Amino acid sequence: MKKYDAIIIGAGHNGLTNAAYLAKAGLDVLVVEKNEYIGGAAVTREMHDGWFYSSCSYVCSMMRQAIHRDLNLTKHGLVLVPYLGTVVFADNGDTMTSYHSEEAEYNQLRRRSPHDADAMFRFQADLGRYAQLIRKTLLRTPPDPTSFRPRDIRELLWLAKQFWSLGEKELYEYIRFFTMSAADFLDDYFEDDLIKAAMASPGVIGTALGVYSPGSAYVLLHHVMGDVDGNVGAWGLARGGMGAISNAIAGSVKEHGGEIRTHAGVDKILVKNGKATGVVLENGDELYANIVVSNMDAKRTFTQCMDKDDLPPGIYEKAKNFKIRGSSGKVNIALSGLPKFNNVADNRYINRGGQGFVGSMETLERAYDCWKHGRWSDDPFIESVIPSAWDPTVAPPGQHWMSNFIQYCPPQLADGPWTPEKRDAFGQTVVDKIERYSPGFKDLIVHMEVRTPHEIEAEVGLTEGNIFQGELTIDQLLFNRPFPGYAQYRMPIKNMYMCGSSTHPGGGVSSACGANAAREILIDLKRPNTVPEDDFYDE
Amino acid sequence: MMNSQTESSDPFAGERLKESPFHPRQAALNLRNAWSSWNGYKFADYYYDEEYEYFCVRNSCATYDICPMQKYIISGVDAEAMLDRMVTRDITKLKENRVTYVCWCTDEGRLIDDGTIFKLGTDKFLLTCGSPSLAWLRKSAFGFNQMKIEDASDTIAGLSFQGPTTCEVLKRMGLEGIDQLKPFCIAHFSFAGSEDKPLMVSRTGFTGDLGYELWINPSLALSFWDALYAAGEDYGIQPYGEAATNMARLEAGFIMPGMEFNEALKTIHYHYDQTPFELSLDWLVDFKKPHFNGRTALMSARDTGSEYTLIKLDIEGNKPAEESFLYADEGCIKEIGYVTSAMWSPVVKANIALAMVKTEAIKDSIWAEIYYTKELRHHSKVAKCKVQSKPFWAPDRARATPPAAF
Repeated sequence: MKKYDAIIIGAGHNGLTNAAYLAKAGLDVLVVEKNEYIGGAAVTREMHDGWFYSSCSYVCSMMRQAIHRDLNLTKHGLVLVPYLGTVVFADNGDTMTSYHSEEAEYNQLRRRSPHDADAMFRFQADLGRYAQLIRKTLLRTPPDPTSFRPRDIRELLWLAKQFWSLGEKELYEYIRFFTMSAADFLDDYFEDDLIKAAMASPGVIGTALGVYSPGSAYVLLHHVMGDVDGNVGAWGLARGGMGAISNAIAGSVKEHGGEIRTHAGVDKILVKNGKATGVVLENGDELYANIVVSNMDAKRTFTQCMDKDDLPPGIYEKAKNFKIRGSSGKVNIALSGLPKFNNVADNRYINRGGQGFVGSMETLERAYDCWKHGRWSDDPFIESVIPSAWDPTVAPPGQHWMSNFIQYCPPQLADGPWTPEKRDAFGQTVVDKIERYSPGFKDLIVHMEVRTPHEIEAEVGLTEGNIFQGELTIDQLLFNRPFPGYAQYRMPIKNMYMCGSSTHPGGGVSSACGANAAREILIDLKRPNTVPEDDFYDE
Repeated sequence: MMNSQTESSDPFAGERLKESPFHPRQAALNLRNAWSSWNGYKFADYYYDEEYEYFCVRNSCATYDICPMQKYIISGVDAEAMLDRMVTRDITKLKENRVTYVCWCTDEGRLIDDGTIFKLGTDKFLLTCGSPSLAWLRKSAFGFNQMKIEDASDTIAGLSFQGPTTCEVLKRMGLEGIDQLKPFCIAHFSFAGSEDKPLMVSRTGFTGDLGYELWINPSLALSFWDALYAAGEDYGIQPYGEAATNMARLEAGFIMPGMEFNEALKTIHYHYDQTPFELSLDWLVDFKKPHFNGRTALMSARDTGSEYTLIKLDIEGNKPAEESFLYADEGCIKEIGYVTSAMWSPVVKANIALAMVKTEAIKDSIWAEIYYTKELRHHSKVAKCKVQSKPFWAPDRARATPPAAF
């Protein structure tokens, strides 16, 4: 019976990254994937003739440049293209465009509020300072604060030094920041409601929190700390869709001799004498390996794919209580033409950006209220992008693909389970809202794919359809992710590791979780490290 | 078409730059008023954002005004012999409706300029180059009596049209058979109902990507622009300027005057100009053909070897090594060369550069001392360099015939 050096469960981008680095170190690796296609939530599929949807994740800014470069992802077909500004829409029909030029941006803000236009400089500097610190931790393994091992002490000191270098005042502010709500944080800078709503909206994306909930300020930061070619805060599209990222990493896995098997869902992780020994596939096949790496989320890994008896006491409960609440939906729409929006200039650059249907701070909060009561938001926050306006590969010329991310949509409904009818009604809510801002929008619709947390969980395997594989709150960040004591990618069972977004640094298409896990595995195997250090623009 | 101001009573008319035949359309799209100049023409550094325009070249399609480029029509029975005598490449091998990249040198074998020669007919050639060259052409034509040189710089309008969707756009414009046009080939097309095929298309460019150069009479320039932009609307068409060109050409490994080489006829200091060998243009020098300008000097330059050689570098980290010195050691004691052009390559995700390095030092380790500024404070770092033999960016689509749709 063949025995692999390592089996990685789940061919999402982190699983593939992990496999690429292990294979690069000379290990015989196998990635098993339950779907007949790879990519997990970084996937592109032709869902309608000539239309290629990035069904889940749709934009990219966290992808570690050092990994892109090191794994030669460009050679494997990956090109990341920054996209332009975003238009936000207020309930009353007002719009605000974020322009690519600093001066145009300033003038635009001034039209709404001279005070806020000036405050934006301080806001960007403060956010930049916070972002810079977190960015430095992305490709590092979090230290265990209770350990006396030299490496942990060294890393802890390094982390302390980063915090201390902020200065005393900023240090206090930063600690406060982690537990603040996006609304409270923004109140210190801005007075205009639409500016606040626009800035607050990233704080609730993918998160079962409202803009007034403590903890949403950090989520805001998580969404603006990425960069494209060093332009921090910029977002990009993967040319050819998000699947191009997974496909490129898969290319690197194969280049280094790794194997990827699709249609190979894992039923159970095999454990013998307290050691992981392989996996049992859904079809009953057993595959053996010296190491098992789970790219599934922590809850799914421990509560669905392991025997409770195989786990040390307490782990099952920790996994069961892991905060991984679904709160988002996705509506992918094929359009016969570029939609026109009220109060938005017909401008080739604006058209190549995104749309944020934020409404107002109150609308954002009310959208959250619906979720709390087990309903999808009747007036949801929608973040849209029309990638085809910029990427010629994802829709036929002159026709378009619009990605709509919806906050909020609950994994379980108060009035019983999800049905296809309810799913379609949710989709209709979204389309109705867009039509309000873009009369005639509905007439452009050629095809539509509606995904509630129910579909996202069923297809991608993310528990409750949580896009981050677990919420990004301080109790589940850094050395607390996924659980305190297990933040260094090693799991309670010997020879078992985790490499998905349930681990540090969390959600987003960054490849960092998978790479960090590979580094730890190679340390345990006493193999030379193949994982690069991050390279910074702000060093 | 030309300067509107020249007709007026504008007292500064003489100081203002000329405007290209495409200027009215380009001015409307130059939202940042980022003008620079080239050969007396007002010329865009960028229109909207240099990086965005660079990505149009790599992701969709974009136009670059090459009207300011110098264009000479050399015709007559002696035309071929004259050009073959002037440039280092064998022009007698060039077939009709083909283009070739060339350079020409002084008697001392120092590079004057590079450019492209289009063979338009048995006895008719078009030479394009960056700097005005009429004086040198006349000198080179000495003794060739049956030929004439016509400066067509202002009588041919040109647009470089580059990027992965360019072929599709030209197809949509109705240019039948354009997808069969191979690299460095020329085809002629009718335009605006005219039967005499006033539109010349060459599959050439300065970006290393799929692309074409479009040549037309200046009187048709604006209507041609409108037709091209109408066809390109759904393919992300955008004008780009000098800044994006400079990014794209560096990724493709192409040299620029004033960056990689100092034009010999403009060089004051002894040997501050270059031979083609120093610029790694050995493949352009054909010693198998009979005498050409600089042949003797170049033969001896070839035999003695170059002190410096232009190489491509992949540099650690992400700080562009602009104007960096290069050293053989991390301590920066033994200087071995200097960087001529450097940038962060957004598409390759690498810190790339072209550099002049002492030939003997190329095989050993190379370190760059890089200076950069962070919030006004100057910093420096030393980064390891890796010599790269191939262009940083050379997608298959640039050579494929027919090219894919994008």
